[in-house]
Amino acid sequence: MRPAVRPPGRARARFGAPQLRGLRVRLVIAFALVAAVTAATTGALTFREARTGVLQQSQDAVIKLLRTHVDRLAPDLAFPPRELDLRRLATDVAAAEPAGTWRVSVRYGDLRAASDVDHPFEEVTPALRRAVDSSRATVFQRVRTGDHTSLVVGMSVTFDASGGGHAAPSGIQVFLSVPQTTEAAYVDELVTAVERATVPALGLAVLLALLAARGVLRPVRALRRATRSIAEGRLDTRLAVDGSDELADLSHTFNETAAALEESVAELRGMEARARRFAADVSHELRTPLAAMSAVTDVLDEDAARLDPDTATAVRLISEETVKLARLVDDLMEISRFDAGAAVLHLDEIDLAESLRSTLAARAWTDRVETDLPPPDAVRGRLDPRRLDVVVANLVGNALRHGARPVLLRLYGDGTGDRAVIEVLDSGPGIPADVLPYVFERFYKSDSARTRTEGSGLGLAITAENVRVHGGTVRAANRPEGGAVFTVELPLRRDAMDRESPE
Amino acid sequence: MPRVLLIEDDRAVREAVALALRRQSHEVSAAVTGEEGLERLRSFRPDVVVLDLMLPGMPGLDVCRGMRALDQTLPIIMATARGDDEDIVVGLEAGADDYVVKPVQARVLEARIRAVLRRAGGSLADAGIPKIDTYGDLAVDRAGLSVTRRGEPVPLAPSELRLLLTLSASPGQVFSRQQLLQAVWEHSYHGDARLVDACVKRLRAKMGEPPREPRYIQTVRGFGYRFVSR
Repeated sequence: MRPAVRPPGRARARFGAPQLRGLRVRLVIAFALVAAVTAATTGALTFREARTGVLQQSQDAVIKLLRTHVDRLAPDLAFPPRELDLRRLATDVAAAEPAGTWRVSVRYGDLRAASDVDHPFEEVTPALRRAVDSSRATVFQRVRTGDHTSLVVGMSVTFDASGGGHAAPSGIQVFLSVPQTTEAAYVDELVTAVERATVPALGLAVLLALLAARGVLRPVRALRRATRSIAEGRLDTRLAVDGSDELADLSHTFNETAAALEESVAELRGMEARARRFAADVSHELRTPLAAMSAVTDVLDEDAARLDPDTATAVRLISEETVKLARLVDDLMEISRFDAGAAVLHLDEIDLAESLRSTLAARAWTDRVETDLPPPDAVRGRLDPRRLDVVVANLVGNALRHGARPVLLRLYGDGTGDRAVIEVLDSGPGIPADVLPYVFERFYKSDSARTRTEGSGLGLAITAENVRVHGGTVRAANRPEGGAVFTVELPLRRDAMDRESPE
Repeated sequence: MPRVLLIEDDRAVREAVALALRRQSHEVSAAVTGEEGLERLRSFRPDVVVLDLMLPGMPGLDVCRGMRALDQTLPIIMATARGDDEDIVVGLEAGADDYVVKPVQARVLEARIRAVLRRAGGSLADAGIPKIDTYGDLAVDRAGLSVTRRGEPVPLAPSELRLLLTLSASPGQVFSRQQLLQAVWEHSYHGDARLVDACVKRLRAKMGEPPREPRYIQTVRGFGYRFVSR
């Protein structure tokens, strides 16, 4: 018995293509999401802190420097100042910064002067001016104009009129505008750095996800392979269990299940083999006494006529039943050989029409069976002549016994010379629908009364086995016009598994 | 009266077969073991041997070989269980002429014995008037039923002789195995083609044919055999 092998296509379709819902994809997506969120959060926090720190520092430095210079230059200023004085103050304060990025505007009432005449000082908003007016402290603001960010600092110049340390506003306001290009660049770099760190982090996350997926998927895949292997009948398949995680548990359970399965299957097969061996042994043991009995049935038949009627009847009964018993045992032996896989084909190149005719002639059926056979040598094939004879004789015999005449034996090739079709049609009542699936089963009797018929009850089973061992098919059906039809299809050329006739 | 040597270990089978054959006017000598059978060969001088292959002690196949060594032309019929395919093949190669499958009915065995004896006897009535056909270095005496190769007699078993006679009667004609089974062995159409193959093999060996390129008996692939006279 061969284990039923499922076509692998179905299983592969379910597992093979990487789908979006696959474990690997899901793991990768999860890892990437976690990495992205982590990187983004960390980056954003770091960025904010760093940016604030950087700006604060540069702002403090600027304000301090401005204050120092204004304090240093203010005492020299004439009061009330003229526009010229204001301009000199602005220029001097601006010059305090060596890089020359400072633009300074000084106002006094309606007078105003700037270190850079061309600069419009739009960033010095009225709100800022009002803030400087109302506060003696330094006021600053970051102003973004276009894509430039500037730090604008405003302060009032105070002077110590009383000399008692009490500072009074002089009404002169100094505004400083510093473009924050360096800081912006620094912040940009920070952003770039965060970005640069995020991309490898994401890559690393994906890589880790793949590794983790592989770690998880490898046992899963091994499990899948092992399951398929079991399904294909290799029951000794086991998984290597390493580690102690859930997958290892699963593998362990799988192994236990497989072992249990293997054990029960082995037990079943053992029982089946024992049952078959028993049938074979019984047939074998019956054969020797039958050989002796068979040898003398002819003697009984010949002498029965000379005996008194009762003895003659008894003798004839013994003779007839011995012949039947011998046939039954022969059939049982034949079935046993099929079961044991010991049935061997003895192939010969034959003309099928001639073979069929000989089968009918050998059993004196030529007049009882109509034939529709092709001309000589039209259908030739490499077959086992004895087995073909058994097939045809069983089918025709069955039709003559259970069907009704006319019985038709038909043979035709499929045109390619690869297959032959043999049909046996009868004109009887046909086969009941509930019996039809079982006609090729051993000892299957269509009526439950189990009336004994002429056949051994194994004829059609042996027919089916003989066809199968040729690689052919046999099926039974009812004809629409009435009667049963048995159809045998046989391959005529078998390149492989031929047992070549020796030269 | 044909003399049949029956070698069969089972008492019931031996007695039954002997009884049936005696009623068919054969003179039967029954031996229990192979050793006993080989001894009877000399004392009983059978026309045909019916040999059970399943024997205690000396195996049937060895008995068959032993008999062939003593007598190249003695017809031997093996009795075997169907399915013992290896034994059949080896038995045929060891020189058995035919085989029957047990349990065998008396009339089937009787028919086989008659057939093999007909092969051996041939047209004995015509004996004495030599009708010799010559093919190369092979001379076949169809009346005297003898074959010589370069003047040396070739001892042939009945099946081998009948096969050679059948094939050489129509040189060039292709015979299928089933045709030869019917013509030589008088089997029904669905006989065992291995009989033919084994017999051809033995015949070629006895005729000294080179195994790769047989000169006289050629295999026609897919059909059978033909005799080529050159």
